Amino acid sequence: MIRHIRRTSAFCLLLLVLLLLNAARVQLLNEDEYAHNPANRRADLKRYNQPRGSIVVGGRSVTGSRDSGGSLRYARTYSQGPLYAPVTGYASQVYGTSLLENAEDELLSGTDPRLAPLPLWTALTREQQPAGDVVTTIDPALQRAAYEGLGGKKGAVAAVEPATGKVLALVSTPSYDPGELSGSGSGTTDAWTRLNASADRPMLNRALKETYPPGSTFKVVTAAAALEHGVVDDPDTATDTPSPYTLPGTATRLTNEAGGCQNASLRRAFEVSCNTVFAHLGVDVGLDDMAETAEKFGFNDDRLTIPSRVVESTFDTDMNDAQLALSSIGQYDTAATPLQMAMVAAAVANHGDLRRPYLVERLTDAHGDTLARTRPRRLHRAMSEDTAERLRELMTGVVTRGTGTKAAIPGATVGGKTGTAQHGVGNSGTPYAWFLSWAQADGAERPAVAVAVVVEDAAADRDDISGGGNAAPVARAVMQAALDR
Amino acid sequence: MTATTAATADAPPPGLRLPRRRGVELLLLAAAVLISVYGYVEVGLARHGTVPAGAARYGAGLAVLALLGHLAVRLRAPYADPLLLPIAVLLNGLGLVLIFRLDQETPKDQAAPTQLVWSAVGVALFIGVVALLRDYRVLQRYAYLSAAAALVLMIVPIFFPAVNGAKIWIRFAGFSIQPGEFAKILISVFFAAYLAANRHALAYTGRRLWRLQLPTGRVLGPIVAIWLVSVAVLVLERDLGTSLLFFGVFVVLLYAATGRTGWIAVGLLLAAVGAAVVGSLEPHVHSRVADWLHPFASIQRGEGASQLALSLFAFGAGGLLGTGLGQGHSALIGFAMKSDFILATAGEELGYAGLTALFLLYTLLVARGYRAGLAIREPFGRLLAVGLSSLLAIQVFVIAGGVMGLIPLTGMAMPFLAQGGSSVVTNWIMVALLIRISDRARRPRPARADTGVIARIVVPEEERGGSGHGGGRNGGGPR
Repeated sequence: MIRHIRRTSAFCLLLLVLLLLNAARVQLLNEDEYAHNPANRRADLKRYNQPRGSIVVGGRSVTGSRDSGGSLRYARTYSQGPLYAPVTGYASQVYGTSLLENAEDELLSGTDPRLAPLPLWTALTREQQPAGDVVTTIDPALQRAAYEGLGGKKGAVAAVEPATGKVLALVSTPSYDPGELSGSGSGTTDAWTRLNASADRPMLNRALKETYPPGSTFKVVTAAAALEHGVVDDPDTATDTPSPYTLPGTATRLTNEAGGCQNASLRRAFEVSCNTVFAHLGVDVGLDDMAETAEKFGFNDDRLTIPSRVVESTFDTDMNDAQLALSSIGQYDTAATPLQMAMVAAAVANHGDLRRPYLVERLTDAHGDTLARTRPRRLHRAMSEDTAERLRELMTGVVTRGTGTKAAIPGATVGGKTGTAQHGVGNSGTPYAWFLSWAQADGAERPAVAVAVVVEDAAADRDDISGGGNAAPVARAVMQAALDR
Repeated sequence: MTATTAATADAPPPGLRLPRRRGVELLLLAAAVLISVYGYVEVGLARHGTVPAGAARYGAGLAVLALLGHLAVRLRAPYADPLLLPIAVLLNGLGLVLIFRLDQETPKDQAAPTQLVWSAVGVALFIGVVALLRDYRVLQRYAYLSAAAALVLMIVPIFFPAVNGAKIWIRFAGFSIQPGEFAKILISVFFAAYLAANRHALAYTGRRLWRLQLPTGRVLGPIVAIWLVSVAVLVLERDLGTSLLFFGVFVVLLYAATGRTGWIAVGLLLAAVGAAVVGSLEPHVHSRVADWLHPFASIQRGEGASQLALSLFAFGAGGLLGTGLGQGHSALIGFAMKSDFILATAGEELGYAGLTALFLLYTLLVARGYRAGLAIREPFGRLLAVGLSSLLAIQVFVIAGGVMGLIPLTGMAMPFLAQGGSSVVTNWIMVALLIRISDRARRPRPARADTGVIARIVVPEEERGGSGHGGGRNGGGPR
């Protein structure tokens, strides 16, 4: 009997071993699969169980959290929602996250392993860490100047610090309050439906996520290509350009808004924005060299993140000469985000050295200790210093005596370029007004800011639209704010 | 400490005064109470940042229960195994902590105070059994009475309305009792008594069929009849967990008593046939099996997570070390989270480490029960100890394996942990019986007056004389 009892006890032991092995399977082997099962609400509960980290602008948090009392407990709040929406994006219980809220979500929700006191700590203890904060590079003065400058018109502003790549302002109007999308009530779904149905598309971040034909502002790139590739040696010698210019291989005649473009020098053509000269120059430079220069300015790059993803700006690499001619004046299918055009201005201002734009200065833990800091890095050398120096002169000329005089600021060197971009079928759409510029205070070692402004002003009379009239004053206000920093 | 205790308790040097180990028991009890109070405080700190208001009262209550139990053992069963009571107190205390923790999620449904009352009732019955049942062998006399009582207890709930599909409750005056729980002990007593009396007849008589020794109908008849009736009742009540439990204990005891491997084969065959029939006829069981095979199928069908899936999520969320008491989301399981699925809370908040510790506590309890059984020298005590211990082991396996997807889920209470008065009371009585058996096992033999013992082991009919008339009448004659 004893022998048999011992055997039954071994059977009980076997049951225990089975239980332990099965527990290991469930708790150690399959736990990841279970955690990601869509029916498992733990990830959501954990995520909203603590106040979300702050997004800091100019030393002050522009975000907050409110205790909703529901099971998805903390909902996001925004102190100046519409102003900073293009920077922060939204963080919604129902609709997920966008922009910075999305790119830095792990830190803001407290799951980033860097928040743990020791490596692998969270993996081991399942302890939730207090959320970290994201400190942005945005300057509130510039942001506000840009926002108020646009004044509710459809448009966008991007401003970067040329020497570092810091994004100082990122504005898109009309905007929305991302706080409306926080929470999980019916108000949230209503707001989502309303915002998405709106013809103004307030949730579109026009500065990062929308591309526009850059129009005449692209002539900065064409001029750089012409100078870099030796098509133009001296900006003051006359070019051999007819006006109007018949596009190669077609009967289409390209005209100018301004007079005196016949055989105009590069300087003259740049200041008064001669389409003929730049279209001709682009063809002379050739497709490959034009594309190469455009790409050095950041075009055709679909991987740029700041860390919000920036939509790719495009310069076509498969065109005939007529298309190349139009592309060289920023038409045809050339398209750029406002941030891309700010990068063009920044490259010129920073002596040809294009810095990688970034929006996040540093990440901190809940105590304010820095976890990571973004270091300024070169994105490309867009052009030689010589070329950059000549372009600075050309752009300065636009502001002192050309189409961009409204951007002039006493006590500072300001370079600019206007643009009016046609779009739509048969150019039937209301043109976009562009202005890109940079400013350097007299005596300062480094340029203060590079700005790109686009205004898609559907309300304005078509003839009135020009970068110099609509967009330049906005850029001026932003530059003034930067010079006052 | 445990290891040394076990080692010294194992091999008492003959002639010396045996250590009683009551001091060790008291120390372990203090530890058990402290661990439970610590868990209680931790829940409060994690949930509200403060020590819960009832902490002192709860600690004192548990300590008084433990102390009373200890006094009863010290006075009436001084040679009892010193691990049994502390393990029971610790498991009961942890169960109260887990229920208190889940109460935080259901402010309108506070189960912990009721459970504490039931624990007190359980300890009172424990004391009653330890103090009054001087010699557990008298139970042998009531083998058939036990069987009859168990049947009545299992039949009664059929006349009460079903709760959640199972007719296992009787309700009156605001109380609900699960009589089947008590039936477990009675059935174990019956199995042990009957097999102790008839094991030789079962093992050695009857016809041979191929390689299988079939006992005579006269011997086998009553036990198969009772087993069939109880299983039938359970199928009618749809309480398949208990059915499985009885069957497991029956087979284990049958093997322990007779040593016939053939019985195991027959038992497994019966189980397979039963499972196939019930599985195909009962939609309730059929869906449980389907859930077990594909726990996430309902999610893919867009019907939401099954309870098993929710339970697995909870266990998975625990990982190695768990989220910490009060910080998990096992409440997402919802229905039966404090009873059948209480282990999921332990798994999520205490992790694999905590779960292993819990399983080891049960193992230790079972092992000490087995040890008492092996040390006792007469078959009824042996089989009763083995029966009660394996009952515990199989119950833990069936419910823990069920909520963790190892076997199909059957509703059953995790011993001591789960919410449920009948269950906790039953468990306390079981531990009391084990205490009684281990006390006798370890007690120095009174002057070895009973010298016939040695002879009785060799001669079967002598042993029958020692095992009471209940079994003796029905056992086959000496062969």
